[in-house]
Amino acid sequence: MELGKQAGLKPYPQPLRNVFGEALLNVARDNEKVVVLDGDLGNSTKTEYVRQTFPDRFFNIGIAESNLVGIGAGLAACGFVPWITSFSSFLLCNAYDQIRLAVAMSNINAKVLGSHGGITLGKDGPTQMGIEDLALMGGLPTFVILVPSDPASMHAAVKAATDYVGPVFLRSSRVALPEIYPMDNCPFEIGKANVVRQGSDLTIVACGIMVAAALDAAAVLAKEGIEARVLDMHTIRPMDVDALAAAARETGAIVTAEEHLLQGGMGSNVARVVAEQHPVPMRFVGLADTYTESGDPDDLLRKYKLTAVDIAAAAREAYAAKAG
Amino acid sequence: MDANPKTAVSELNEIARQMRLDILEMTTQAGSGHPSSSFSATEIVTALYFGGVLCYRPDEPLWPERDRFIMSKGHAAPLLYAALARAGYIERDLIWTLREVDSPVQGHPIQNVLPGVEATTGSLGQGLSAGVGHVLGGRLNQLDYRVYVLLGDGECEAGQVWEAAMAAAHFQADNLVAILDYNKFQETGPISREMALEPLVDKWRSFGWHVEEADGHDVADLLAKFAAVEAVKGQPSIIIAHTVKGKGVSFVEADFTFHGRALTPQQAELAREELNGTR
Ligand SMILES: Cc1ncc(C[n+]2csc(CCOP(=O)(O)OP(=O)(O)O)c2C)c(N)n1
Ligand SMILES: [Mg+2]
Repeated sequence: MELGKQAGLKPYPQPLRNVFGEALLNVARDNEKVVVLDGDLGNSTKTEYVRQTFPDRFFNIGIAESNLVGIGAGLAACGFVPWITSFSSFLLCNAYDQIRLAVAMSNINAKVLGSHGGITLGKDGPTQMGIEDLALMGGLPTFVILVPSDPASMHAAVKAATDYVGPVFLRSSRVALPEIYPMDNCPFEIGKANVVRQGSDLTIVACGIMVAAALDAAAVLAKEGIEARVLDMHTIRPMDVDALAAAARETGAIVTAEEHLLQGGMGSNVARVVAEQHPVPMRFVGLADTYTESGDPDDLLRKYKLTAVDIAAAAREAYAAKAG
Repeated sequence: MDANPKTAVSELNEIARQMRLDILEMTTQAGSGHPSSSFSATEIVTALYFGGVLCYRPDEPLWPERDRFIMSKGHAAPLLYAALARAGYIERDLIWTLREVDSPVQGHPIQNVLPGVEATTGSLGQGLSAGVGHVLGGRLNQLDYRVYVLLGDGECEAGQVWEAAMAAAHFQADNLVAILDYNKFQETGPISREMALEPLVDKWRSFGWHVEEADGHDVADLLAKFAAVEAVKGQPSIIIAHTVKGKGVSFVEADFTFHGRALTPQQAELAREELNGTR
């Protein structure tokens, strides 16, 4: 993948899912209450690292996502901190009611990993892709929703999620993402967006893999004399209202970018906040009302218009709308 | 009877061999996919499509009277595609575009995208319910087709499989036949280690099903069992087919971590020699 190249970001050798696996192993090492539940995908989600190191605190519940969530909720009630893990598609779509009652409504201290979020899992195709996971999580009021954007923020997010008391959803990706933050010094506070690039002409609000793409777009725009601020909206709920209000006030135009359906994702939540706080011209980069298909991740990102090129085009439009 | 005459067992074995070669080429070319899960059920699908079991019209994929085949373990899509191409539902050239952008030959089968795909699968556990729906629909439409559903053994961990099993018995769906690809492995390891399923025969019987067991790589045995369950009245049938995951390629058979992995071009060369008997 070409992500982060134009912005001069350093590629990271490992896919984000492996980084998640290492981060999970770290929190399991630090906190003996952490238990990990798998839906027969530990080799893909990389929870297998915990399985190998702490076999007693690892349970493969099998291809049975509703049961997976229910058992996790029971463990939480016994004082453990369950990480309930699978692909975001299978887990949320199969076990939504269990997540709703047993976790969200009961407000228990459980963590849900939605691995292989978005379309960049690629060739396995649309049946396995979680393109609606953020919208589904949006329907569960007590959940914190995290979408880290690089290796360092993945480590920080897994730790923050584990330390936080209450339900947390964390989305991970199959692909490798370049380094945005230094590994040993990543600012990460739940609910507080990070400004990863300063700029005053407009703001690009992005999460997950789209943060690197937004930085690429900003690099291109800078050559045209447009200075874009880039906000890493790693927490979708609670959303950082102050950062959005400041962005709207100070830059006057906003573009959102997410690897998710436009309907009910990050962008529509940002729009609600902006509309309330300080309405400005907005444009939205994400999946239009469509399922996608199998393919190489880069081919899919291009075909479904989720690249730096698309973000830059949306930014030019938003910028022009602001001037006009 | 349309387009599926009885074929000699020796010929069916040759078809199965060629289908394995197709699966190998498709997945290695795509660089991903589930060849081992497809090899596991190759004789089962061969017997159904080419052994005179299924009645179908490739040029009329939605012919109301067709027998249904639902690939519930959707990750064995390459096997289904190889069969659909050989049966004449789709152009053979299409299968070489597996998993590429703009191709209807998706990583997992999608209904209404490719002719011959009866249900969208890939999220495990859903196919048997669709089969029950086809049974009830056939009854209302006064058609007497039969419905076949291929299940994975790991897939049987899914609660929905048992909900469908209960419903099928309740509705006395004697034109419904499940085939269990009992290869004893799921994604992360042996079933017995990950989530014990046994006693499987007893479980299905206690759910009201007629149960047969078969050697899932012996086409003659499979055909005999498909014929036997046609006589069963008043209850659904399952053929528990004992299989080997990765069947036909020794180093894939020996290593369950091949699940969900395509063979590299080098490995594919060895596999090709083995399947061609030139090694
Ligand atoms: C609901 C759901 N959960 C998880 C998966 C991921 N997955 C794909 S194949 C597989 C293992 C399937 O094992 P089995 O049913 O035994 O099929 P085999 O490959 O052995 O034929 C898993 C866990 C999935 N596809 N669907
Ligand atoms: Mg199996």
